[in-house]
Amino acid sequence: MTLGGIDIIVLIATLMTASTPVLLAATGELIAEKAGVLNLGVEGMMIMGAVGGFAAATATGSPVLGFLFGAVAGAVLAMVFAILTQVFLSNQTATGLALTLFGLGLSALIGKGYEGVRPPPTAKLDFGPLGDIPVLGPIFFSHDWVVYASLVLVALTWAFLKFTRAGLVLRAVGESHDAAHALGYRVIAVRIAALAFGGACAGFGGAYLSLVRVPQWTEGMTAGAGWIALAIVVFASWRPERVLIGAYLFGGITALQLQLQAAGYAIPVHLLSMAPYVITIVVLVLLSALHRHGAQAAPADLGRSFHASS
Amino acid sequence: MNRRSFLTTTAATAVVAAAGLPARAADPLKVGFIYVGPVGDMGWSYQHDQGRQAIEKEYGDKVVTSFIESVPEGPDAERALTQLALEGNTLIFATSFGYMDAVMNVAAKFPNVKFEHATGYKRSDNVATYDAKFFEGRAIQGTIAGRMTKTNKIGYIGSFPIPEVVQGINASFLHAKKVNPDVEIKVVWAYTWFDPAKEADAAAALIAEGCDFVLQHTDSTAPQAKAQEAGNVYTFGQASDMSAFAPKPRVGSTIDHWDPYYIARVGKMLDGTWASEATWGGIGTGMVGIGEISSEVPEEVKAEALALKDKIASGEYHPFTGPLNKQDGSVWLAEGATPDDGELAGMSFYVEGITAELPK
Repeated sequence: MTLGGIDIIVLIATLMTASTPVLLAATGELIAEKAGVLNLGVEGMMIMGAVGGFAAATATGSPVLGFLFGAVAGAVLAMVFAILTQVFLSNQTATGLALTLFGLGLSALIGKGYEGVRPPPTAKLDFGPLGDIPVLGPIFFSHDWVVYASLVLVALTWAFLKFTRAGLVLRAVGESHDAAHALGYRVIAVRIAALAFGGACAGFGGAYLSLVRVPQWTEGMTAGAGWIALAIVVFASWRPERVLIGAYLFGGITALQLQLQAAGYAIPVHLLSMAPYVITIVVLVLLSALHRHGAQAAPADLGRSFHASS
Repeated sequence: MNRRSFLTTTAATAVVAAAGLPARAADPLKVGFIYVGPVGDMGWSYQHDQGRQAIEKEYGDKVVTSFIESVPEGPDAERALTQLALEGNTLIFATSFGYMDAVMNVAAKFPNVKFEHATGYKRSDNVATYDAKFFEGRAIQGTIAGRMTKTNKIGYIGSFPIPEVVQGINASFLHAKKVNPDVEIKVVWAYTWFDPAKEADAAAALIAEGCDFVLQHTDSTAPQAKAQEAGNVYTFGQASDMSAFAPKPRVGSTIDHWDPYYIARVGKMLDGTWASEATWGGIGTGMVGIGEISSEVPEEVKAEALALKDKIASGEYHPFTGPLNKQDGSVWLAEGATPDDGELAGMSFYVEGITAELPK
């Protein structure tokens, strides 16, 4: 199935893989922000996951252990952030930025010995005859397990926030930490747990980048994916199902611009390369214009520090 | 300290440092390098670093080498070059095209330091240039790809639309076309020398377009990994042998051998005969090496490729031999004519038959 020289099926299958790291990181950040913490260190946690996952996978020969370790590495970095902002009440914006810079530097240092090394391959799942179904086969049944895991994660996050009591508590903490505290909920504990989840997701997404999508380790290889994840959370107005749409839209445009080039369209390359970023900005502007009172959908206590005495 | 006095002091220190060197003749010669990627890229920068190590092996404690890796093209390069010059390096190799203007600027400030710029064309009394005829290797790759492709589509990941890369695309296409008239070439510009994620995406897009050969003019092994994952897609090692991906997808390679050149130039520094000149070596001089052609390539194709290599090496055949037309149909080379090096070094057009448009 081709449209104007672009194979739509291949495009969709490619965009699902290309979007997975951002989707994972954005889902994690969504939970952290729903709990009222703005962690701008997504990029740093992703790249720590990328290098940590890569190191563990090459050391053990098992990509699954690599992903696990990548998630742990991301969560450990998130704990640094949690201690600084939740216990010592440091400014979340500044701490988040510092976390990104720290993660980029530390990962470059750890990764020195892993440049040019090949990680163990992550196989695509075999769905047998399902993979041979025209159109649907290549789109839905041709991926590795992480792509499906990321989709399941989005669904679980949605259900958690919508249906569970714990989800309700998390949202209450994000909307009004004083009220949640008065009701006897442990605000700091909830926020630290949310941050750990966010860090693990970002690290998992980073590991996907270095173990499957490239697959190779290079310094600074996240190349801004963490910032895109942050933008997508706002783009999605803090709703998991819209995070999925946002991430796939972004991945789709990125994949499309290279395919347009390969198909021989004489569109200036620089225009195409900046298209995903331009569209992200346009959507953010549109969203804030639609919500006339600023970001209505944002958790009310987002980015505010909590101390029981105040 | 205001900025002007800082600059004067810095320049004065540098002059004193540079002038002081010959007096202390026993001191080792300090040689500096800047690389555009990490030495672990397993391609371009790795190969330059092999050359640096060869210098140390050859001259032992008569030389001290140092390098700065992952230096972006642009203002950062000027800073890195200045730093190397201030550290007392008297011979500095800048190993990427985009360092050209930075080299010229810094060279003007340090007249006693010798600079060597790879793949550029600007020279002065203390700036020499050196380059390899990578397109000779591309001619061999094009021949193999043209013979073996089943989809008749060859993909090419371009870095920047500069003469060095355009020569490569033209040479690949011409020689694929020569053995397979139905072949077409698809070009994706990555606008980077080294960004594995982007190179991998570019390779994936070309494979999605039906290309079963992916040639790369970027430095990482990411396209090789993508081709391996895709199955029936072949590649060539770029700059380095990339033999970790042999025999499939990597079926051959073009290897940059900088070692002999670097050793010769350092030798000239040591005996005081260094002079600014332009060197453009090829298969014949050994600067361009052809890696082992793997068992995936049929015997007769391998023999044909090796025969072509010998003819290029002996100078009997030039990869750009007329009659050749430019993309717009105008005549470039008449029957039997070959371009001179100066004309090639400025190549900024596609040859006839390539359908894509060359970005300006």
